[in-house]
Amino acid sequence: MMKGNRNRKEKQLVRISFSLNGQKVEAEIKSSTILLDLIRDVFSLKGTKGACREGECGSCTVLLNDVPVNSCLFPAINANGKNITTIEGLTKSDGSLDEVQEAIVQNGASQCGFCTSGVALAIKGLKYHYKKLNNSKKINAVLTPNRKDIKKWLEGNLCRCTGYVKIIDAAEKALINE
Amino acid sequence: MNEDLEFIGKPFPKIDARMRVTGTAVYGNDIILPNMLYGAILRTAYPSALIESIDISAASKFPGVVSVITADDVDVNNISYKRDHPILKKGEVNCIRDEIAAVAAESIEIARHALTLIKVRYKVRQGIYDPYEALKDNAPLINKYAENKYNNKNLAEVFHYEHGDLTAQKNISKVIISRRFNLPRVTHTCLGTSNITAHFNKTDKKLLLYSSTQVPFLYQRDIAHALKMNPSDIRIIQPVIGGGFGSKLDMYPFEPICALLSIKTGRPVQILYSREEEFIASPTRQPMIIDITTGADKSGNFTFREINIMKDNGAYTSWGATTPFVMMQAFSSLYKVGACSFDSKAVYTNNVFAGSFRGYGNPQATFALERMIDLMADKLGIDKADIRVKNANQKGEITGQGLHYDTCGHRECLETVISKSEYKKIQSLNKKGRYRHGIGFASMLHVGGGAKIYRSDGCGTTIKIDPYGFCIIITGSSEIGQGSETVLAMIAAEELGIELSRIKVINSDTDVKPWDVGVHASRTSFVAGNSLLGAIAILKEKLNKKAAFILNTDFSDLQYKKGKINSIKEGKSIDLDKVVREMHFSPPGELAIASYFYEPDSHFQDKEFKGNVSGSYAFAAQAIKVEVDTYTGNIKVIDVYVAQDVGKVLNPLLLAGQIEGGILQGVGYAISEELLFEKGRLLNPDFHNYKILTASDIPDIHFFPVETNDKRGPYGAKGVGEAPLIPTAAAIANAVCDALNLEFVELPLTPERVMIALRENISI
Repeated sequence: MMKGNRNRKEKQLVRISFSLNGQKVEAEIKSSTILLDLIRDVFSLKGTKGACREGECGSCTVLLNDVPVNSCLFPAINANGKNITTIEGLTKSDGSLDEVQEAIVQNGASQCGFCTSGVALAIKGLKYHYKKLNNSKKINAVLTPNRKDIKKWLEGNLCRCTGYVKIIDAAEKALINE
Repeated sequence: MNEDLEFIGKPFPKIDARMRVTGTAVYGNDIILPNMLYGAILRTAYPSALIESIDISAASKFPGVVSVITADDVDVNNISYKRDHPILKKGEVNCIRDEIAAVAAESIEIARHALTLIKVRYKVRQGIYDPYEALKDNAPLINKYAENKYNNKNLAEVFHYEHGDLTAQKNISKVIISRRFNLPRVTHTCLGTSNITAHFNKTDKKLLLYSSTQVPFLYQRDIAHALKMNPSDIRIIQPVIGGGFGSKLDMYPFEPICALLSIKTGRPVQILYSREEEFIASPTRQPMIIDITTGADKSGNFTFREINIMKDNGAYTSWGATTPFVMMQAFSSLYKVGACSFDSKAVYTNNVFAGSFRGYGNPQATFALERMIDLMADKLGIDKADIRVKNANQKGEITGQGLHYDTCGHRECLETVISKSEYKKIQSLNKKGRYRHGIGFASMLHVGGGAKIYRSDGCGTTIKIDPYGFCIIITGSSEIGQGSETVLAMIAAEELGIELSRIKVINSDTDVKPWDVGVHASRTSFVAGNSLLGAIAILKEKLNKKAAFILNTDFSDLQYKKGKINSIKEGKSIDLDKVVREMHFSPPGELAIASYFYEPDSHFQDKEFKGNVSGSYAFAAQAIKVEVDTYTGNIKVIDVYVAQDVGKVLNPLLLAGQIEGGILQGVGYAISEELLFEKGRLLNPDFHNYKILTASDIPDIHFFPVETNDKRGPYGAKGVGEAPLIPTAAAIANAVCDALNLEFVELPLTPERVMIALRENISI
């Protein structure tokens, strides 16, 4: 009986494999495991923050195939076969900063910094979003987001320190760099 | 001296920004220690009840649970400055936050599950949630530890202040207006939730705490008192903090509880709040009802202010109960006023207790004051901008409360926002149709050079230069994201000619850093900056001696630039690191190190709350334009013109960050934020129902720093941190009242409140 139970429990664990910051990784997880917990507790990448765990604040934002998602609401099982980028993966392998991180530093867009990982990945996601738009054949002109588009895109990332102005400045600079 | 500054006044990014943008900063929320347990707290199910029994047997037996504690298991003192707050509650509970038991377990899931196994039998009481009800004779005693030093058992704290001849000033008043204002309970919503990790070493009986406190040395003393320990046996390490804003000034029960769990188990224990717990059990701004009567003579000179404030203290007392210290400054000394009488009561109720929050009572006071100015101006037929300029504070003024305005940019701030907002040109704002426009003004006064409310308002610094020419600043002050490390590094860079990349700031360990009262009252740049300058002066005397000897010149000839000490006269120079090595290694040998303790040149206030409490005073004015949608009640804050007397701009990038962040918190206070309670229970403990503003909600902020160069401040600078949010809600309310020609006496100005006011055409 005990054995049967244990077997059933073991069966509940699911093996997933995905790319985490460019490295192929595997994990045995429960089907209920949340991506945020997998990143923070299993892979010990503490740069991704959990601040509300209900999809309101964006502190836990990571990129899933270049699209920002709230990792606090995202079932880890759905990461199978995908590319996940966390803040640690945004930093280049030699330790130098991605242009988005550099723009956040230079524009004073990080105060306490708790929202910063999520903000950086959301801005990076916006870059990818426009890259994709511009690469799609239907459009001829080069689209770039204006300040209003940036604000709208960042609505899901709460920040209590900066008043967002410097975050939007940083996003603008990072997007112009392209 | 300011002309050729190389670092001060320049927009250097924060020196700690890189660790924050790479995710490598270790917040308290990220700490994991070997063998660490996870703590969780059982809070009461009812805001007011007797506890008949607590059964922890099932929880204690649950696999993975290491310790369960209740009040019966611990020998501790009460906390709070009035010592009226038991860490774990015994026999009764008095607010919805009340801690009944705590669990330490091998995982957070086990700890939380164990809480559900603790059986508490309550005898539910009705409770009192209205401070006026609590003052009635037949009201039950709410806090049995209350001092009872006033004439009512539920009265927690009373303040009285007065100056001038109230009767005489009333007699010369052409206009006298009274109002009652109701200010809501709002909360900090720091993105990083409250946390602590405690590690008690059973062998040497020492306690190590990783704490987010803003006041590490007071905290060390307070938690030692709570735990009946020697403060020196407790070491506080401050990990990176995910937001402060005043929320970490008080010590809360979860902190000694975590220490107790570690003491019981001998293992590290961590308590980390969920967002819901953060909303329910972390501090709030002081809610209050302000009754105010103000007067002005026929020319619009302010004559008197009479204020009576009712503060809901909640079940226990926190620093928030002392906000009248700051409020009476605004009422007595913002604009010239002949007489002022101020009374406030803080009354125990079964609501949650408030703490301190950026501005410390000043946003509430300024709201009442600035609303009254508009009402008086209207009645007198005087322009609302002119009446403010006419009554503005001036340099050299000593106010009724005894504040010395050695520098004062109040008038310049007002004139700047009046002119930049083009107020005089836009008299015909759209007051008809669906979208209506309005403009409102408000000023503020706040301490800008610390606040002498403890025995010392000082800060210690040790500075050293190593044999490689790197500078290490060990400061008593704390970094909470505001950029203090950067400003201190810039000061050292300026004075010693050392590049920023060669300067480190050490500021997070009570065993290492010298004493400081804490990061609050907009004091860090001023007090820690002056402290650092004092230490640098001593260090330079030592360096000068050696350098002058080597370069064969005198001290006055020496100049520190780009890692070298230059002799202008001799046209020679020597590398700074070489001078340090010469000091260290040639007999008799000396370290390039110096320490200094700076105590601001300010005074304690006397029993009548009079005295020059700060080393400097900061002023600001805001002009805010709004658009109100009369179909939906939605308020759009369009432009904020802000002029602030900052003394001297130390770093324009970081300064703007403080201004913008403060203003947006003020906008939230004005239009969207409110903790909703029903009989002591919080109805909206989440970001979905408690609305802090997003990137889409921001107004255009037009910032104009005013430099008054206060000789007491470092390079002339004053404190800036709290000021930007203080006048914002007042200016917005004034603008909305202007747009709709209606009066509002409550915050926040939610669409619902606006619609009700519009529909019924009444004041609300």
